[in-house]
Amino acid sequence: MSGVPVRLAIRDAIAEEMRRDQDVFLMGEEVGRYNGAYKASQGLMDEFGAGRIIDTPITEYGFSGICVGAAFAGLRPIVEFMTFNFAMQAIDHIVNSAAKTLYMSGGEINCPIVFRGPNGAPRNVAAQHSQCFASWYAHCPGLKVVSPYTSFEASALLKAAIRDNNPVIFLEHESLYGKKFDMPDGGADSLLPLDKAIVMKEGSDITITAFSISVDHALCASEVLRNQYGISAEVINLISLRPIDKTTIVNSIKKTGRILSVEEGWSVCGIGAEIMAIAVEHAFDYLDCEPTRITSSDTPMPYAKTLELLALPSQSKIIETALAMCNCPK
Amino acid sequence: MSPGDMKRDSGLDIYRKLLLARMIEEKAGELYSQGHIYGFCHLYIGQEAVIVGLSENMTNIDSVVTGYRDHVHMLLRGIPPNSIMAELCGKVTGCSKGKGGSMHMYSRDKRVYGGNGIVGAQVPIGAGLAFAHKYRGDGGVSFTFYGDGAANQGQVYETFNMAALWNLPVVFVLENNRYGLGTSVDRAAAGGTLANRGDPFGIPTVLVDGMDVFDVIEKSKSVIEKVRNGEGPVILHMDTYRYKGHSMSDPATYRTRDEVETVKKTRDPITRVKNALIHEIGIGDDKIEEIMNEVTAIVDAAAKFAIESPAPPDHALEMDVTL
Ligand SMILES: Cc1ncc(C[n+]2csc(CCOP(=O)(O)OP(=O)(O)O)c2C)c(N)n1
Ligand SMILES: [Mg+2]
Repeated sequence: MSGVPVRLAIRDAIAEEMRRDQDVFLMGEEVGRYNGAYKASQGLMDEFGAGRIIDTPITEYGFSGICVGAAFAGLRPIVEFMTFNFAMQAIDHIVNSAAKTLYMSGGEINCPIVFRGPNGAPRNVAAQHSQCFASWYAHCPGLKVVSPYTSFEASALLKAAIRDNNPVIFLEHESLYGKKFDMPDGGADSLLPLDKAIVMKEGSDITITAFSISVDHALCASEVLRNQYGISAEVINLISLRPIDKTTIVNSIKKTGRILSVEEGWSVCGIGAEIMAIAVEHAFDYLDCEPTRITSSDTPMPYAKTLELLALPSQSKIIETALAMCNCPK
Repeated sequence: MSPGDMKRDSGLDIYRKLLLARMIEEKAGELYSQGHIYGFCHLYIGQEAVIVGLSENMTNIDSVVTGYRDHVHMLLRGIPPNSIMAELCGKVTGCSKGKGGSMHMYSRDKRVYGGNGIVGAQVPIGAGLAFAHKYRGDGGVSFTFYGDGAANQGQVYETFNMAALWNLPVVFVLENNRYGLGTSVDRAAAGGTLANRGDPFGIPTVLVDGMDVFDVIEKSKSVIEKVRNGEGPVILHMDTYRYKGHSMSDPATYRTRDEVETVKKTRDPITRVKNALIHEIGIGDDKIEEIMNEVTAIVDAAAKFAIESPAPPDHALEMDVTL
């Protein structure tokens, strides 16, 4: 299929899983009658009814706990957070109830649940609505954390997440919902593993790791690096933030000798920090220059457009940093 | 106070405030469509009588906190229109120096503590402001505004419990505009009403017509006095309505055009005062027009100021993270 927007891929993946398995249901604010705040559940209430597409009051803590309870009892809830900023109200149930119970119960009680919604920085919505939570969840044992870039990834990973028997954090991005990608006609059972990175573009001079919207910036930057500077960048789409696919990253560093991590999150204890640690722990002897990360500025997100641009990672920041790492004059 | 009791000058003053509130928001909508304002922007149009009426009974030591629909609360606490409009446009001359935008406006001087983008979060914060008033014994009251959607948040009830337990001087102002984004109250609140939510905590609820500034002024006056005198928290249940979509990106298909038009026609807070001024006090059309011109000039000047103001300097990005 050509030109499928990410939001549609998500919608269709939910629908396919709900048709396949009666135990799957969707709960969240405005998911039903309103068809989703970002229209990722358009038409689902018409097909599945209010018993399986469930509108909630604005009570993240409560409905997340209710869904964890339902998952303990064997149902397979998909919890939509209008944005992940609001999941902070529910993080106790995500971490203390969903993530830890399998362990605490000695394997007795598992929690097959997906927490999904837009994460990261859309544009112009200021500090409380622009934040990447990848490293927050990646920190916690008991969770799986994935973040798709393309429509196919969104579909295949979401289906895999729904079928997984563990709690999965599924980080989407508002700026990607409308982006169209061609999708292979893989059929309803076309899944992707939740723990594997994807090499989007092979290269030999520098490895760039990214996830979600940052893959977009990295791919664009790699074009410029190749065409204007003759630098061959390997772009890795991390997909999984817990676990991080060390093998793919380390193999790439062994080839290129340089590692640049890009993310919208903050630098301190971020995903990039973990990538740097992986590089140093597992590929130290192969490094030709210091592992480097590009992150958002170490500040809350400003509202003013000009400041927001300064705060966020961008194609030009990637190019500039990659050139410096490769000792290439601008 | 009924419209008939309204004194000429105070009536005109209230009319001017209502009109300014309305026209600031209309201008904000206009600047949004021109791209000067961006991101999330929630307009207060329709609900003006709530804050205009309450501010008649507030003092300078009182504190205010509200959600993201905050422009008009700022205005009525005395933050200049220029400063509000500049903040909306992300300019350094704005009340948050361009770093907060529509949802995040504050003034320590005027004791406005946001502007909060997280539904419900302002409610415990408001009780905290009340705690500080009581702790210091300064006689101030916290006005804590929240929506019908926010009213279902668990933290509201944790707050009710402590506010009642500790007898905090807080007026909880429930701005029930019938919808939390696209969800009507009957689809979000068990029992279909929010008027009894204070009952288990012994917090009295006073029902107020939030489209009628006179009702707001009159009903809140004695209530606020009681709270100020240490008789504990109160809920003012404002029956109100928002005319525009939830935010600039909401087409509002969950309600009928008819519903909106009926409210505008029968309950509009500004028309109500205008009619009272004309028919009961005998204010002439020329005076009404004079006020309109006056307010238009203020709003136009604010827009001009905002548009012409500079963006924050680049180094502002790293400022004010910690002290
Ligand atoms: C915790 C949280 N969940 C969801 C949202 C998204 N959201 C913003 S406003 C809103 C509706 C709130 O309605 P209400 O409290 O009635 O206030 P109103 O907008 O009507 O003034 C929602 C769901 C949010 N900002 N915070
Ligand atoms: Mg409301």
